[in-house]
Amino acid sequence: MEFSELIRTGRAEALLLPGPGQPPVRGTLCITSHHLLLSAGHGSPGDLWLLLRNVDAVEKRVAGNSGTITLKCKNLHVLQLEIEGLEETLDIASSIEALTSLESVTTSYPFFYRPQSLRLGDAANLHPPDHFYQQVALQTDAWRLSAVNRDFDVCASYPPALVVPVGIGDEVLARSARFRQGGRFPVLCYYHTTNGTVMLRSSQPLQGANRRRCAEDEELLRAVLALGGGRGLVLDTRSAQAVQQARITGGGTEAKAAYPGWKRLHRPLERGRPLQDSFVRLVEACTDPSLSMDRWLSRLDGCRWLTHVKETLTAACLAAQGMDREGVCILVHGAEGTDTTLLVTSLAQLILDPKCRTMSGFQSLLEREWIQAGHPFQQRCAHSAYAQARPKHEAPVFLLFLDCVWQLSRQFPLSLEFGEGMLLAVFEHAYASPFGTFLCNSEKERYLCEVKTKTHSLWSSLNQSKERRRLRNPIYTPNPLALWPSVEPQSLQLWAGLFLRWTRPPEPAQEAWEQLWRIVTEQEGGDTL
Amino acid sequence: MLSTHISLEDTPTLYSAPSSSTKRSYIWRLKVEQVKLLDRFSTSNKSLTGTLYLTATHLLFIDSLQKETWILHHHIAAVEKLALTTAGCPLVIQCKNFRIVHFIVPRERDCHDIYNSLLQLSRQAKYEDLYAFSYNPKQNESEQIQGWQLIDLAEEYRRMDVPNLNWKLSDANRDYKICETYPRDLYVPRAANKPTIVGSSKFRSKGRFPVLSYYHQDKQAAICRCSQPLSGFSARCLEDEHMLQAINKANPSNRYMYVMDTRPKHRMQSWWASKKDIGRIVVRISSKIWRDEKIRESDEKARLNAMANRAAGKGYENEDNYSNIRFQFVGIENIHVMRTSLQKLLEVNGTKGLSVSDFFSGLESSGWLRHIKAVLDAAIFLAKVLIEKDWISFGHKFSDRCGHLDGDPKEVSPVFTQFLECVWHLTEQFPQAFEYNEAFLLQIHEHVHSCQFGNFLGNCQKEREDLKLREKTYSLWPFLLDDQEKYLNPFYTPSSQKFTVLEPNTVPFNFKFWRNMYHQFDRTLHPRQSVFKLIMNKNDQNKQLEKEIKELESKIKQQKTRHTDTVLTKESLHCIHADSPALKPSLCFKKEQTLLPVNDAIRTIEGSNTADNRYSEYAEEFSKTEPAVVSLEYGVARMTC
Repeated sequence: MEFSELIRTGRAEALLLPGPGQPPVRGTLCITSHHLLLSAGHGSPGDLWLLLRNVDAVEKRVAGNSGTITLKCKNLHVLQLEIEGLEETLDIASSIEALTSLESVTTSYPFFYRPQSLRLGDAANLHPPDHFYQQVALQTDAWRLSAVNRDFDVCASYPPALVVPVGIGDEVLARSARFRQGGRFPVLCYYHTTNGTVMLRSSQPLQGANRRRCAEDEELLRAVLALGGGRGLVLDTRSAQAVQQARITGGGTEAKAAYPGWKRLHRPLERGRPLQDSFVRLVEACTDPSLSMDRWLSRLDGCRWLTHVKETLTAACLAAQGMDREGVCILVHGAEGTDTTLLVTSLAQLILDPKCRTMSGFQSLLEREWIQAGHPFQQRCAHSAYAQARPKHEAPVFLLFLDCVWQLSRQFPLSLEFGEGMLLAVFEHAYASPFGTFLCNSEKERYLCEVKTKTHSLWSSLNQSKERRRLRNPIYTPNPLALWPSVEPQSLQLWAGLFLRWTRPPEPAQEAWEQLWRIVTEQEGGDTL
Repeated sequence: MLSTHISLEDTPTLYSAPSSSTKRSYIWRLKVEQVKLLDRFSTSNKSLTGTLYLTATHLLFIDSLQKETWILHHHIAAVEKLALTTAGCPLVIQCKNFRIVHFIVPRERDCHDIYNSLLQLSRQAKYEDLYAFSYNPKQNESEQIQGWQLIDLAEEYRRMDVPNLNWKLSDANRDYKICETYPRDLYVPRAANKPTIVGSSKFRSKGRFPVLSYYHQDKQAAICRCSQPLSGFSARCLEDEHMLQAINKANPSNRYMYVMDTRPKHRMQSWWASKKDIGRIVVRISSKIWRDEKIRESDEKARLNAMANRAAGKGYENEDNYSNIRFQFVGIENIHVMRTSLQKLLEVNGTKGLSVSDFFSGLESSGWLRHIKAVLDAAIFLAKVLIEKDWISFGHKFSDRCGHLDGDPKEVSPVFTQFLECVWHLTEQFPQAFEYNEAFLLQIHEHVHSCQFGNFLGNCQKEREDLKLREKTYSLWPFLLDDQEKYLNPFYTPSSQKFTVLEPNTVPFNFKFWRNMYHQFDRTLHPRQSVFKLIMNKNDQNKQLEKEIKELESKIKQQKTRHTDTVLTKESLHCIHADSPALKPSLCFKKEQTLLPVNDAIRTIEGSNTADNRYSEYAEEFSKTEPAVVSLEYGVARMTC
């Protein structure tokens, strides 16, 4: 396919209207296969380089012999361009629309992006797939690495290497997988070093209306209990009613009689369309400065985003508390086990495990619990809050996770090695990125598209030193304890750095951040004296 | 992106809890054992058992872990006895600093005794009974006098370059004959003579004629304040018109004078209280920010309303009679509306198991943030340039507070709280522009109600003089100054040009709920780690190191010059040796010392303490074999079988 067929006009004279913290730029607008460029010439610093994949919605308005194009980006930035010439305006708008609606993965920008400072394949050893198992193996020999999924036959959304109880053979796993939706049988995702309890995740069992059972699945969970202290808790991220309904369509949950020792707890978390709607309505409220105080508060309330944050944090705390305080094994699942399940397991690890709170630990948590665990990024992040098209699979589950991490960072400002900049960067790259890290829906797809060998990794770019000030928390002090956040509404805040990022001038906060860095680095300079 | 948080360890209860050495000398009037203190937000009625004492000045509760809770009687806003339960008689005490404690007293008679004593103790009829008159911080007399002289009104005006060509000091109110609620020293336009002042004051409600409140040196512009004129339908007062003309002349660089009316359109009638208190806030805040641009046409409708109001005998200045004057109406609700608004807010936030949605609808229906925004909007409207930095500098920013602000401990009105909250919103938006931090605002709020220091007693300067506060009580400011490192903002950058002009953004989403004020005492709601402590320490260390670097550099310089001059003598060699960094122990030693509190901060993470954590309720439930109801903080999760 040729990109040039889609570009109806390559060039125009345009003016970028100023926004908060952004000067106006007048210059030549240029559309390439992956970017929109606006340059005042001579490589001036205000030049605009916009990845077209970042564009969520295009709005055009024409008046006389010129037009205005409003580009609403997936990172919630809104750009307004004034373009000379009626024809040019329409052509440029339709070119952008055509280029942004391309869905093919292998023609996307990451496959063309070749920065000089990075080499392909550098990141292969950054977060090796068996790293997690190596860590567990240091503590206990009760778990083994299984290659049952090496050809993605057993489960399409799981990675090839999975950690399972040592006494359970591959054939048991394969049979258990047949009893679970999408083949996602229970696998180990976190080993709590202090008391040896474990956290597993899976998808729902295919119990169905006539309450089927699966001996191998029961054997697997029995083996888990035997290794992890004898008591277990199934944390279902759906309500009891939703489980009843799921039974009609073949789903269900673990029956008490079939799984002795396992208790069940329902913590319904929002997912799918309602979550996306919540996100859209929040962004609408945040981009409307004409609201009165009362209107603003009622819309903030009405979008229910902070309720979702609270519910998610509560569920994660419950799982973490069960492991740390009660010494029970936790199995987390919802329906597919690729969305809310991962939210709970990853947050619980952040609460319990100090290693996940470091820069590299957080990256490997994202890699392990989100990317390799099969969160369908391609589907969930296809559109952000501005797109007019009816959402199909879009849902800001990953953003909800980042928001919860941000709430943790507000309550424990010294305990996370990464700063808000890191969370913002990860958010942006999940929706549109020159790197291949968040491409595709699963490891299988990534393997088929050869993402690992043909694109660069976001992590190796983030680890380069010039990004350090923006991404790191200057006041990080390692803290070996668990972080128990408060989840009262008074303690939760709107993430202004993300939702209000483009609607208010950034200087005061940025300067305070810079000064924080200055204070701390002066200190380090003093240390070397 | 970055705003500062203070955990409770940082909000010291300055002198409100006596130190342990003096504690023994306290004589309790009442002692009740086996009293339970309930956790306000716990769903499973978790409680601490301990002993409750009443002293002449404090209520003290010592729990089984020997943790002490001190409540000053003056802080108590309301005591309530609830219906008898099987556990005992519940007693709820609400404090003016937003602390709410819930006791359960085993015997009803004890509860009744406590209740009655508290009612008696918390409502003092006479000023002489207030804590400030008995409080003795062991200062000698000269220190006491010094403390009161720390803030001098005349000095403040000199700082603003007043008196000057246009403004003079008037002795008209020397004996409080013209206006009782004004201080002795007033600054008026040079052109205003005594008959004008007297005439104008007769025309104004309570005699509060226009006087200078803030003078902006660079722009030669002034903020004046006054009460509303008592004009009937056709009443005019030539003296008052002269007065305003004189003010206008005293601002030679400005063509127009703006009269800002803080009353909301629909509430002209209940004007008095709002005029007095809220008008003052607006002036206070706008003296931090000053605008000098032309103001858009005032609202025609508002003017009509004000016209109608003149029928009541109290109106506003008739524009025809005052040339070169523009009117502006700003809708700020009166003190009664504000009070109910705050009450609603606190009611909502005190609910157990509050959901996010309830929280926001409560925030909305209370209208509190709307009022805050209105006040700040008005302030911005009036002014936009930040005054000199040292005005805000420590202890001075509230300087004329002692002279001007009513802090009547019995007057229940959140107006002052509102002022503090407006300042807090400014500090949140401009983390580098203020020298003081949130703890300072909280501490001032605490002492406005504590009646421990004389600063906020009395309603006006006359009353304060009558009470002989300066001889009989102590000033708060020296105590705050003593502890100043606790109240300094580590991010404060006085040199930055950017912050000479503050342009606060009053879009609604910049307003937040001030958790650290309204939930000061609810430990579990706060961030668990303090950035402030860490930064202050780092800053101190940096300063120390810089000083040492300088010292060493100058030593090196000295040595170099000596080197070139002569051959080293034995003596000078010795000198280098003694001061060389390797032998200087202070460097390492000091560092270690200052680092210690940082480690403390980590230790205080509440999650490490089971007693503080409300998830632990889940523990008991889980160990039961029967299917049970698992309660987390709130919201009840049912365990299914």
